[in-house]
Amino acid sequence: MGEARRRVIVTDEGPVLVYGPTDVEMPDGTRVRSDRAVTALCACGRSRRRPFCDTSHRRRVRGEEGKEHAP
Amino acid sequence: MTTTMLGTPTLPAPRGPLSGAVLSALRGDRPELPDVEESPPYGEDLQLALYCCYELHYRGFRGVDAEREWDPALLAFRAGLERAFLGALRDDVPADADVEGEISALLVEHVDAFGVSHHLRRRGELWQLREYVAHRSLYHLKEADPQTFVIPRLDGPPKTALVTVQHDEYGSGDPERAHSRLFADMMVELGLSDTYGAYLDSAPAEVLAEVNFMSLCGLHRGLRAALIGQFATVELTSSPGADRMVKAMRRLGCGPTALRFYAEHVEADAVHEQLVRREVIAPLLRAEPGLAPDVSFGIRGSTFLAARLEERLLHHWNHGESSFRDGSNAGRP
Repeated sequence: MGEARRRVIVTDEGPVLVYGPTDVEMPDGTRVRSDRAVTALCACGRSRRRPFCDTSHRRRVRGEEGKEHAP
Repeated sequence: MTTTMLGTPTLPAPRGPLSGAVLSALRGDRPELPDVEESPPYGEDLQLALYCCYELHYRGFRGVDAEREWDPALLAFRAGLERAFLGALRDDVPADADVEGEISALLVEHVDAFGVSHHLRRRGELWQLREYVAHRSLYHLKEADPQTFVIPRLDGPPKTALVTVQHDEYGSGDPERAHSRLFADMMVELGLSDTYGAYLDSAPAEVLAEVNFMSLCGLHRGLRAALIGQFATVELTSSPGADRMVKAMRRLGCGPTALRFYAEHVEADAVHEQLVRREVIAPLLRAEPGLAPDVSFGIRGSTFLAARLEERLLHHWNHGESSFRDGSNAGRP
């Protein structure tokens, strides 16, 4: 990166984005590495792949509301 | 000169006069090129003809001269096929400048939606999972390649961010982790052939149309914004779908190598979604607001084509039938 400070983006709707390789220490002391150029860390608490975002923060709807095709 | 890359596919069987003429031209004949107007734009014949024209820009075909890629007669014929396909799509999915609204709609999870991944997760059978993976191999064995064509057509922040995503797709410096490689490993574990192009003959038009749309938008600079829309659609919708595929594969007793491809996509695409929205689309439309209708066309076009494929697969499976063309059993164990 060539910068002493790492870029971090706090998104309003979802994860915290961390730029550069990341070493995350979990509450139980275990460490999780991410070698991605950018890592999305869960900030909503709903991810089933913590510490990483799995898009569980997304709004969930039933029926016709906001109807579009879903994969 | 015939340059043959490792894993160059063999020519498929023709599906009508258009694909027949293209295949004959690829073999080096000078066939009479038939009238494109007569053929249904989403049909088997036109889509295969187009797919074969585009494949020349990826790996080509075994025994086909590499120079065919820039054969003026073939390119002129391809332009006619593209006009028919693009014209039909423009009619079916009118563009709209509201990209923000289009994206918001993609980010909503429909709890009661029912697509292929929902079916596979709840009650799909192993042979259906295999068929799905075989169909998807037409894209995933060259995953990220159609979108790479757009790189020189971008500039500044959108270009940098798109390359960051592509770097991840190509394994972040480790070829073993390239998504196309993870897909190939999954195919082998599922008892499928990971040979590039092995399932071209069994893939119905709906499978070809999805890949053709990516190639069309990737290869035309004038459609670069539509390519970004297509790219965004995949990156935005894939995490939840991949999560359902992981659950489907666990339920069906698939091994860890098979699971890895979709598990990787849950996490990777959660990141890619953010990059595509914030660092590709937002700065692109700030710099060139006039591209908004084409971004939206790319989103709607790929959503429309994905829905047609899902419909076809579910229709066949609900009748206990193979979704392979003409009941060919190429992917059946």
